[in-house]
Amino acid sequence: MDYETLMQILGSTIRLGTPLLLACLAGLYSERSGVFDIGLEGKMLAAAMAAGAVASLSGSAWVGLGAGILASLIFAGLHGLASITFRGNQLISGVALNFLSSGMTVLIAQALFGQGGRTPPLQGAERFNPIALPFAESLKDVPLIGPLYHEVISGHSILVYAAVAFVPLTWWLLYRTRFGLRLRAVGENPAAVDTAGVSVVGLRYAAVAITGILCGVAGAYMATALQAGFGREMTAGRGYIALAALIFAKWRPWQALGATMLFGFFQALALRPDVVEGAVGMKVPVSMLDALPYILTVLVLAGFVGKAIPPRAGGEPYVKER
Amino acid sequence: MQKLPRWADVALVPLISLLLAALVAAVVLLAIGQSPSAALGIMVEGAFGSANGWGYTLYYTTSFIFTGLSVIVAFHAGLFNIGGEGQAQMGGLGVALVCLALPWPHWTLALLAATLGAAAFGAAWAAVPAYLQAKRGSHIVITTIMFNYIAAAFIVYMLVDVMRPAGQMDPASARFPVGAKLPALSDMPFLREFFAKLNPDGTPKLTKAGIAMYSNVPANVTLFIALVACVVVWLLLWRTRLGYQIRAFGKSEPASKYAGINPFKITMIAMLISGALAGLMAINNVMGSAERLLQNSAEGAGFIGIAVALMGRNHPLGVFLAAILFGFLYQGGAALGLNTTIPIEMRIVVQGLVILFTGALDQMVRMLLVWLFSFGKKGAA
Repeated sequence: MDYETLMQILGSTIRLGTPLLLACLAGLYSERSGVFDIGLEGKMLAAAMAAGAVASLSGSAWVGLGAGILASLIFAGLHGLASITFRGNQLISGVALNFLSSGMTVLIAQALFGQGGRTPPLQGAERFNPIALPFAESLKDVPLIGPLYHEVISGHSILVYAAVAFVPLTWWLLYRTRFGLRLRAVGENPAAVDTAGVSVVGLRYAAVAITGILCGVAGAYMATALQAGFGREMTAGRGYIALAALIFAKWRPWQALGATMLFGFFQALALRPDVVEGAVGMKVPVSMLDALPYILTVLVLAGFVGKAIPPRAGGEPYVKER
Repeated sequence: MQKLPRWADVALVPLISLLLAALVAAVVLLAIGQSPSAALGIMVEGAFGSANGWGYTLYYTTSFIFTGLSVIVAFHAGLFNIGGEGQAQMGGLGVALVCLALPWPHWTLALLAATLGAAAFGAAWAAVPAYLQAKRGSHIVITTIMFNYIAAAFIVYMLVDVMRPAGQMDPASARFPVGAKLPALSDMPFLREFFAKLNPDGTPKLTKAGIAMYSNVPANVTLFIALVACVVVWLLLWRTRLGYQIRAFGKSEPASKYAGINPFKITMIAMLISGALAGLMAINNVMGSAERLLQNSAEGAGFIGIAVALMGRNHPLGVFLAAILFGFLYQGGAALGLNTTIPIEMRIVVQGLVILFTGALDQMVRMLLVWLFSFGKKGAA
């Protein structure tokens, strides 16, 4: 594999890793507050459909992004209602909302556009288009740094740069603000937070809402930047890969960046079986590359790559009165 | 919170949850400009209105009984097995390997061997998540989801690179030998009378030689195995020492440990049984209907098992009833997709709603009922 190809693959790693990163950070807020969320997939899908549909109708990717966030927030609200207010089983709620989203997105897209559950192809201002950073073209021919800058760092949509910026932002919010301290505490020991006079329910709803917003951005990115429009089941399990990355990252923001980019790298490799064959020297089945993130996650879960300890109160509804 | 009377808990809560799900589904249909009553009519007609419809409804029911039982066995041990889908696909691989291994002389022998193959492969696929849960504390929900994806990738690999006959384009195994063909319900004496083709005036359709004609339905002899499985699971859970241990472990791990129940053993056994039951589904769809292994053979039935188990209140009898309900939903949903402009995905929406209301929001239904019952008590006093 030559340098140029490597740079191309790294570029597509970032493009493919971005939705994973956004969804992973989304899950981080919810799970750190003690609400398990296996419904990342459904929220992303709902957001992708809403963003694709509204971008097509309004002609603006930004309006589409807003619609995507709103759709994702509705699902997040339902999850909050089931798992915080009515103290239902958080896993079952997530499973239910994933199915609901999987079906509803096709139903609505079909009712709106009648194109077999897709939204019309987006173009121009209906999409978030790649941004060429300054000097990307002129530096292109500089050895080593040129291709790196041109292929990998420059030429992504604004949402990619936003996603990367969310990483330090999340770190700062989580570890350097009062809200972050409380959020982490409510996921470990909600009774202590309650005793301190802070609302457990309020904090958890806030966390679930942030999850909704970030999943909304992730879904909108899928439909209006990575691809040009919504297609049925277009998230294709990315919500679960993000969940896997979250465990791999042990619920920490910087590690989430690393984990999602690693999984994005595998997805980018799966698109280029010729490169993999060249590197390994034998034919590697594409399905093997597809399965790699999942296999890695199982290895992590098994504790072979360091133990992943989830927030202690995760999955347990908080009952105030005894 | 006050407790509800037992009858309300067993029958009223699921019924109201179901009604709420139906209500929301109706609102969804109205919102996309369709008539809920017309849709229901088409679903009932499509699922029960003809011999062919019945054949498909019972075929889906058979699959859902297996996956529903799979979920409840794990549930009773306090484990949430979302891996039914992958286990059912691996069961399909087991069935295919067995069916293709020999030129089977008679279907009974093939069925016996395929049953073992399906159960063994399904159980094996559940064994790793079970072991990781029991020994390393990895969360079984996440590992079983991961194993669904790994199974899907593995099956694709097997079909594309290993089992595909030379010269065939589509990723599928070879056709199973004739001796491995299971009799459909429409091939069986007496039973086939239900699937007789009728003339518009209601008289049986006859061939030129005067022999009655029957619809060829996918529902097959596996239905009876599913019914037996319901009884066996009930006996296992409520009439054996092992079943008692499983339920005790699911209710309280520390208490059962104190009573001398080995957590590792129970987790492993419950998950192996659960995986085997999910795998058994493959004799219905892979051996009984497709007669070769295809990609994504389980078609989501593994996930429907979750809805069936929740709706069926974790009891084999409930699973049986809920499986019929979902068989109706699936066949009726297919009829919707064929005969109306409502997309077939409507059935996934309903499935999601049923899981949401019976599984996640059932506390809400309970609170509602407790509140309503409190009025009754005041009135009586």
